Amino acid sequence: MSSNTHPTGTGWIWKVFWILLAVTFVEVVLGIVKPAPLMVQIIGTSLLNLIFVGLTLFKAAYIVMYFMHLKFEEKSLQYTIYLPLLILVPYLIFILLVEGASTYGA
Amino acid sequence: MSSTHTTATSGQKIWGGGNEPMKAEYGKLMMWFFLISDALTFSGFLTAYGFMRFDFEATWPVAEHVFTHFPGIEGDQPLLYVALMTFILIMSSVTMVLAVNAGHEKKQNAVSWWMLATIIGGAIFLGSQAWEWYHFITGDKGAIELADTRVLKVADADGHVLSFSQLVHGEAGHASNHDEKFTTEEVFSAIEANPSIVLKEPGKSGKTYTHSESLTYLKGAQAIQGANMHRNEYGHKQFANFFFFITGFHGFHVFSGVVLNFILFYNVLMGTYERRGHYNMVEKIGLYWHFVDLVWVFVFTFFYLV
Repeated sequence: MSSNTHPTGTGWIWKVFWILLAVTFVEVVLGIVKPAPLMVQIIGTSLLNLIFVGLTLFKAAYIVMYFMHLKFEEKSLQYTIYLPLLILVPYLIFILLVEGASTYGA
Repeated sequence: MSSTHTTATSGQKIWGGGNEPMKAEYGKLMMWFFLISDALTFSGFLTAYGFMRFDFEATWPVAEHVFTHFPGIEGDQPLLYVALMTFILIMSSVTMVLAVNAGHEKKQNAVSWWMLATIIGGAIFLGSQAWEWYHFITGDKGAIELADTRVLKVADADGHVLSFSQLVHGEAGHASNHDEKFTTEEVFSAIEANPSIVLKEPGKSGKTYTHSESLTYLKGAQAIQGANMHRNEYGHKQFANFFFFITGFHGFHVFSGVVLNFILFYNVLMGTYERRGHYNMVEKIGLYWHFVDLVWVFVFTFFYLV
């Protein structure tokens, strides 16, 4: 397939490393500073927490696609791995967090 | 890998794992399937943690007030230590990719050096985790466990949480109790002696009580320091149980990874993969090692950041 062109050399590895490091750095700085404009509450949590979740998924995508090499595997293998997780995990999160919030104080 | 689709004519090769569905080698495919199931296991743990946290919001500790130590620095340093641990694990993931990369180029010497670096990174991470556990178990500021098992922090008039050391010794006290143990009588008489001292719930939406309310809560209560499976000074007891279980289960994965990496390193040195003609095993164990890093990225966010 077209996506199977594997990168050569070690430059791409260090590029991914710097991206992961930069995102972690941003997370830690945000976590320590906690900028007031980001503390507004939306959908049951703060905007800052949603940014953390977004940055985490961003890092996870880089690790899976490049370090674990999945971007360069066959499309069928990619879907075999992504789909069960992308369907089951959000479902589990939805059910448990809604349930947890509704039993709060009960 | 020129002919990846093996036809039925070479039946023996199919049973030997020669047939490669989705153009991935048998062992690699099975490693991926294992990792999917393991990812679901960790998802279960982390969402269960989220459930408990939503359920007990008032007494659920705020992580930045729990993990505040950094070696050699006095005072509260939220996030720094765990950020360092994250950096160490990402770094060892990088050295693993470099080992896999060198394996594709069949450079035995380079593979062995990068494997050694990965093992050292994993070992440093495990040591860091032991240090973190030690401080979690020893405790930081101490707290009061009420007769109804709720855990309340001791705070001054401005709502700043005080350590037992600050409460009992005043100005001479430290922000952390370190290894000093305080008796319930010592702590309670210090609270009763100072009318500006109040008790508050440790959670983000936790209540702060007045001094006179606080005194009524002291009946049947006890001062607690540190953490175990029954009680912890940080807040709801489930918090410590989840901390021990999730970071423990992840740490066990790291430990297994270091053992596997060591076996790999040994075989690289012995020339096993040179004789075999390929370094596919480095790639397969590499997948596992990156997964361990991946899980930590999520643990870092949901246990320490959010």
